[in-house]
Amino acid sequence: MGNAFKEESTELAKKTAPADLMIVAKGLTKKYDDFTAVDGIDFQVKRGESFGLLGPNGAGKSTTMKMIGATSLRTGGELTILGKDPNKQGPEIRAHLGVVPQTDNHDNDLKAWENLYIYGRYFGLGRKFLKKKVEELLDFAQLQDKRDVKVDQLSGGMKRRLTIARGLVNEPEILMLDEPTTGLDPQARHILWDRLFRLKEEGVTLVITTHYMDEAEQLCDRLIVMDKGKIMAEGAPADLIKKYSSKEVLEVRFGSSKNAEAAEKLKHLGDRIETLPDRILFYAEDGEKVLKQIHKLGFEPATSLVRRSSLEDVFLRLTGRTLVE
Amino acid sequence: MLTEPKMTWQGAAKIVDMKKALTWGPWFVAEYRLRNMSKWLGAIIAFGLGNPVLYLLSVGIGIGALVDQNQGANGVDGVSYLTFLAPALLATSAIQAAMDETSFPTLQGFVWDKSFFSMNATQLTGGSIVGGIMIASAARCIFNTGIYAMVLWAFGAITAQSILVLIFAAIFAGLAFASVMLAATSFVKHDDGFFALVGRFIIAPMFMFSGTFYPLENLPIYLQWIGWISPVWHATDMGRNLSYGHDVAPGMMVIHFAFLLAILIVGQVVAMRQFSRRLAK
Repeated sequence: MGNAFKEESTELAKKTAPADLMIVAKGLTKKYDDFTAVDGIDFQVKRGESFGLLGPNGAGKSTTMKMIGATSLRTGGELTILGKDPNKQGPEIRAHLGVVPQTDNHDNDLKAWENLYIYGRYFGLGRKFLKKKVEELLDFAQLQDKRDVKVDQLSGGMKRRLTIARGLVNEPEILMLDEPTTGLDPQARHILWDRLFRLKEEGVTLVITTHYMDEAEQLCDRLIVMDKGKIMAEGAPADLIKKYSSKEVLEVRFGSSKNAEAAEKLKHLGDRIETLPDRILFYAEDGEKVLKQIHKLGFEPATSLVRRSSLEDVFLRLTGRTLVE
Repeated sequence: MLTEPKMTWQGAAKIVDMKKALTWGPWFVAEYRLRNMSKWLGAIIAFGLGNPVLYLLSVGIGIGALVDQNQGANGVDGVSYLTFLAPALLATSAIQAAMDETSFPTLQGFVWDKSFFSMNATQLTGGSIVGGIMIASAARCIFNTGIYAMVLWAFGAITAQSILVLIFAAIFAGLAFASVMLAATSFVKHDDGFFALVGRFIIAPMFMFSGTFYPLENLPIYLQWIGWISPVWHATDMGRNLSYGHDVAPGMMVIHFAFLLAILIVGQVVAMRQFSRRLAK
């Protein structure tokens, strides 16, 4: 009796609690035969938050995205999206998601507006409603003058904006963007960022994967760094930099043949030192100070540069510098 | 601002009506396919009618004249050669349309532009996509056989009264084939000439050995089996019976009907399962 009551109350909690928790993952796992793509990860995404998934190729980002997108079925752990279980209620969840896949896959034979319209029809949206909505989205994507152009004649940046507009046709609660700006020129990237900021301001929850650390710093309130299916770190970009890197980084070059030798004698300087084939990195609170100490010890670097620590430093520290193919 | 009737979901107003979206899913997919087809209308008509009309002219009219000369005006199965041939030509044209709608578009959806994955990112399921492709295939079959039936009628090959039953038999064959083809294609990972093989080793023999140009019984028994497993033969034999009263063994009409229905259902079950699996990877 007591147990039954307890169960009922947790059921109730499940129903009421998620209003502000859009995504809850506990021990989320995806295995393909003997390969584990996602290995028991935990995270939560709140309403209106902009959440980033970072990691090298093969880290499990895209698989995680597909599971959040309620298409790929998880093989272990728990996942709740908008309070529902994607393995059981996929269509119900997907009706409220906007998905921007890694590659633009519009129908090239159809015009720009037709692609938006057709996608809205997939959601069962009315024709009258869509006529209006499509114009709204074309405005949003700055594609109004390309309205009647076949998609295969659009530039890469235009196609990308069209894909993002398409992901908004059902007024989603969560917009999922898989590498939204890969392959775009700086102008196109900045236009896209601006559009995504506007969505964020309107309260749309964003889930983003990216390879660009500046993009993650710009767009994400909070992010996880994944590697080999596991979460290496989680937090706001600034906190991650504080935790895993120093305030500043000093980069000095003595010439490829002399770097290692110099590093051996300078390794006590700064918080941490990293020797690369072409340069030495000193992680420190004050980069200029370290540079002065180097000079004092009688070393004359060919070039030196003091810069602020970035998310890229965190990323490389956590996931290593080895190429992942 | 936007005036779509809203439904409530999680306490907030939502624009997607789940019930409507799930019930009509296949029709939304079909709507897309039809819109895409409309961009290729000229090609569809040309290819849909081109080959069949060539057969009609060369075999139907040319060989028909020779046959009728030797056998008498109603010498084949009690009718003219052209009337005998017409149900087979219609069934073949339906199957060609079905092939066009289920082969490359399926590979495109899964491999080339991954559009099936985009559809599946909405509330559409693998089942809705399969259903939508079948509806679109049916529409294409109706369109192609409809126009072709008019041509056959204009040449005096079929009577106006028999048009509907002949189209029915042809579309039945077309859909049965579409279903099997869709199931097969849903497993294909690369083109690798798979469709060329199907064209050469399935469609072509099916066309030639299904009692198309002469009664199936004229073939030696070791070739007749091709007809027995061919939707073209089942639809043609059925069409011949329905249009001009061709004699069939007792119970044979039921077998024709059951055979086509069976492969239609088996194809659907396999396709839906494989679509769902492939999309959920």
